[in-house]
Amino acid sequence: MKAATQLLCRLLPRQSRGWVIAGPYLWFLVFFLVPFVVVLKISLSTAEVAIPPYAPLFTFGDEGTLNLAMHFGNFAYIFSDPQYILAYLSSLHYAAGTAIITLMIGYPVAYAIATSKPNVRPMLLMLVIMPFWTSFLIRVYAWIGILKQNGLINNFLMSIGVIHEPLNILNNQFSIYVGMVYAYLPFMILPLYSNLEKMDHSLLEAASDLGAKPFRAFLSITLPLSLPGIVAGSLLVFIPAVGEYIIPTLLGGADTLTIGTVLWNEFFGNRDWPVASTVAVALIVLLVGPLMLLQHYQAKEGEKA
Amino acid sequence: MIGKALRGRGFLRFMMVLAMVFLYAPIISIIVYSFNESQLVTVWSRFSTKWYGALIQDEQILRAAKISLEVAIMSATGALMVGTLTGYILTRFTRFKGRTMFSGMVMAPLVMPEIIMGISMLLLFVGMEQLFGWPHRDVQTIVIAHITFSTAFVSVVVQSRLQGIDVSVEEAAMDLGARPVTVFFLITLPLMIPALVSGWLLAFSLSLDDLVITAFVSGPGSTTLPMVIFSKVRLGLNPEINALATVVILFIGLVSGIGAFKGAFKSLGSKDAVADDNAVPVPVTN
Repeated sequence: MKAATQLLCRLLPRQSRGWVIAGPYLWFLVFFLVPFVVVLKISLSTAEVAIPPYAPLFTFGDEGTLNLAMHFGNFAYIFSDPQYILAYLSSLHYAAGTAIITLMIGYPVAYAIATSKPNVRPMLLMLVIMPFWTSFLIRVYAWIGILKQNGLINNFLMSIGVIHEPLNILNNQFSIYVGMVYAYLPFMILPLYSNLEKMDHSLLEAASDLGAKPFRAFLSITLPLSLPGIVAGSLLVFIPAVGEYIIPTLLGGADTLTIGTVLWNEFFGNRDWPVASTVAVALIVLLVGPLMLLQHYQAKEGEKA
Repeated sequence: MIGKALRGRGFLRFMMVLAMVFLYAPIISIIVYSFNESQLVTVWSRFSTKWYGALIQDEQILRAAKISLEVAIMSATGALMVGTLTGYILTRFTRFKGRTMFSGMVMAPLVMPEIIMGISMLLLFVGMEQLFGWPHRDVQTIVIAHITFSTAFVSVVVQSRLQGIDVSVEEAAMDLGARPVTVFFLITLPLMIPALVSGWLLAFSLSLDDLVITAFVSGPGSTTLPMVIFSKVRLGLNPEINALATVVILFIGLVSGIGAFKGAFKSLGSKDAVADDNAVPVPVTN
């Protein structure tokens, strides 16, 4: 198979291959990579009342000299203002917590799907994936009606007499967690499933033949073997969750500070593009490690396949 | 025996049911309460379709829906073209300079926080407009941004389909003297059609749903449907939004359901269900 692919590559004239690659390559260079350079550039600028609202980095002097005005004040600013530090910490906290909770819920579900009869697996997988393809915004919005003071949960609990006063379960940490776990659960289940599904069940039989109890066999065989799936799933949840904006805005309280909400408010509220860019750069720096780890794991999985 | 190893089946089944209730209860509650007559959204009074009536008379929502559909059709078509090429490149061209960076750039939008992609693309567009006088912030900038993030999804679908296609068919055509371009259009492309259909539909529903990136790159005259919904739901529950949400859920569910089920049904018959599962939105390979 691999030899055949290489043959195919050789059969294609080098030049036409280059042209085929060049188009999409250029697209992503211009619209994905260059934007990060631009963000970095703007983060070194200062805000101005102008269109666009930031000072130019390069200016031409009277005698044709090129002046470069770099300004690191934004970085000093966000690292000294406790508001930004708090936003970073709470984003990390929500993202890590979400990864852990989705793992605890997602692992048994992925395991249940992977060990179910082969003919029902596609349907169970579909059930997990379908919500992902219906509107994210609307699914998050739906939780407001479920969690609010006279919402579905409180109404139900009060009507059966379990509680006499409505619980405060909206616009706080709890509701943010509910929304995050809800939104990111499929990201955990799918990589775990594709890992568990490939597992060799004869290993479990061998363990059982040697006298290991099911739980012991799970701990010493299934769990270690599924580690790549656990890492991939956790990263797929953690990385987008750090920058989440919609969930903390709709389900969090008025005092909720996350990187996402701070960046949004700097940009749309204060119209301070340089500071918003600085927040974005700091977030990108934070995510470089997890992103490379994910790439590494997926490359390894790809080699195995 | 495996049976013994799976004694915890009852617990697994319980978790499964719990997860399904968790995933579907919010969606179902929205649909049910969209038929509630009361202005108080979560207090049931009686069945009514009056919010749907209000919906079709809401000019703002209709205008936004039209813009959203336009954007979705254009960006899905663009993402299909770019995504088919990238999927083909990543599966068939196993070695070329900068391949790792290329696959990284294509796949990163799958996980990259939207807020970062939003601000970075906006700043690029603003910079480009200053330098070249193009592009103006309106539907076209939204379409470019949507193509950039949904290409990854199309590419994943195309890659998993291409891996299932026997290369010897392509080789045979080449042995018989067909040029690579001819082989691509006469052999490879027709074999990829199921993946292309689901790829287009998935890109379409992603575009229709996007809020954060769109909010950054859109201009004054190009407010999309999610932007209108968001500005309304920030103020709290709104029965008209429940009706709109039901329409959107059913519409997107239908569109992506067709796209996803095509993959699922195909894989029912095959041994390797995962590799063939077009619907899995997570990149399994790099």
